[in-house]
This record gives sequence, structure tokens and C-alpha cells, in this order.
Amino acid sequence: MLAESLALSAVLFTIGVIGVLTRRNAIIIFMCVELMLNAVNLTFVAFSRYYGAAGQVFVVFVMTVAAAEAAVGLAIIIAIFRHRHSVNLQNINLLKG
Amino acid sequence: MPEHYPLFYTFHFYFFGVIAIASAIAFVTRKSPVAAALWLVNTMFALSAEYVLLDAQFIGVMQVLVYAGAIMVVFLFVIMLLNLGHPSEIADARGKVPVFVATLIGIGLLSELMATSRSGVAWQYAVPWGFNAEQMGKYGAVGTIARPLFNEYLLAFELTSVLLLVAIAGAVVLGRRRETDAR
Repeated sequence: MLAESLALSAVLFTIGVIGVLTRRNAIIIFMCVELMLNAVNLTFVAFSRYYGAAGQVFVVFVMTVAAAEAAVGLAIIIAIFRHRHSVNLQNINLLKG
Repeated sequence: MPEHYPLFYTFHFYFFGVIAIASAIAFVTRKSPVAAALWLVNTMFALSAEYVLLDAQFIGVMQVLVYAGAIMVVFLFVIMLLNLGHPSEIADARGKVPVFVATLIGIGLLSELMATSRSGVAWQYAVPWGFNAEQMGKYGAVGTIARPLFNEYLLAFELTSVLLLVAIAGAVVLGRRRETDAR
């Protein structure tokens, strides 16, 4: 089932990338990043059947990083919303020179 | 190495795989952020079933508890806190040309990932067949992960606590209101 798992993971990762590229809502883009992390986790779990339990340990680390990223990212989104009253990325172009 | 799987196993693997992909497609195409978040939760449940099928029961439970339970609740909480359902926010898809370009990039990435995943397993590094099942029988589903986590990856595990501390401090600092600074 390794090839099928990797194919499923590739499809989910691609859907996440397409979501990041086509949406403008910052929160939905964040959730697309979570979907990509999930796709990578599936790869780790699929390979852990062949290379031992280390892959599952990495999944635990990825989950921790995802939780930390969600906490900080959502705090940033709330801070931006307080200033601009929007999370639409078209209105957030402060870094544009 | 030829592997044989019973029909029951194969059927459920593809069943949850189709649910995961369909939910993910529904997730990126929904206009409302709340509906998108709920479809993403569905994807994560289907993935948790896949983890159980791939002999990672503990990771499956963690997926439901941490991802579907904790992280997505925080997302939904923020969506509802910011009241992001009103019409000016909902029409957020980009124009025709960016969608076309994104589809092209997606097809390119997908074919590249598929081509890479065809290359198969480097068998010289693989553990012997049945090693994982033996570990599971000896230490249980949690012990199989806990042993490498607290032996080989102990430093990384300890550093994770620093990461979480920094993330909590950062979230508190970013979430603070400006008025409280002046006081």
C-alpha cells in the first residue's frame, strides 16, 4: 500500500498548494498549509512501515510544529484584523515597496 | 516485494482515500470559511482512518485529538471571533488567470510527486519484514513510538518544549491590545 499512500499524499499536497495559490482569505490559506502538513504526515506514516517507528516520531514533531504555527499565525491574523478590519490578503500589502 | 492485502483492507483503504480527496476538494472550493474548516476536519478524520490502516494507531488517535480536536477548534474559534462570514469577505477566490496558473502549477507538482513516489523503497535501509509487528506486540502501540522518542530523539523532544514556550509567548505578545501598552 506504499505507492497508493504516496499517491494519496501527493494529491492532498497538490490540493493544498492550489488552495494557497487561489484563495485570498488568510485563514483559509492557513488551513491549506495544515492540509499540506497532513499530506506529509501521511508520507511519514506510510514509510514508517518499512523503516521502523522513527517516521511516527517525526509525525509527532510535525504535529507540535503545526500547533505552534497555528497559535502564532492566528495571533498575527487577529492583530492584522484589528488594524485593517479584514483578513483579505489583497488589502494587506504593507510589504509591497 | 510482493505484498498481499485482503479485499477488506484494500476496500477501506480506497474508501477513506476517496473521502479524504473529495473532502479536500470541497474544502478548497467552499466560499464560507466555516464550511471549509468543517470539510478540512472531515479530511483529517479520513486521514486518521488511513493511519490506523497503516498500523499507526497512536498517530491516528493523535490526529483526531490534536488536529481535528484542538487545532481546528482554534481555527473555528478565530473565524467566529472575527465574524468572517459577511459577504465582502466571502468572495475571496482570485481571478481567472491566477486560477489557471495555479492549476498548471498544481498539475506540474502532482506529476513530479507521482514520478518521485514511483521510485519505490530503498530496501537496504528497510527494517526486516514483520519487525514493526513484533515491536507492536512487545511494547504496544504507544511504546513503539515512545522508545525512539525518549532514546534517539530525546534532544529534539526537549527542544520541542522550547518551541512551544516561544510560540505561547509570541501568541500572547501578538494578541495584546495597544491600549494596555499605554497604561
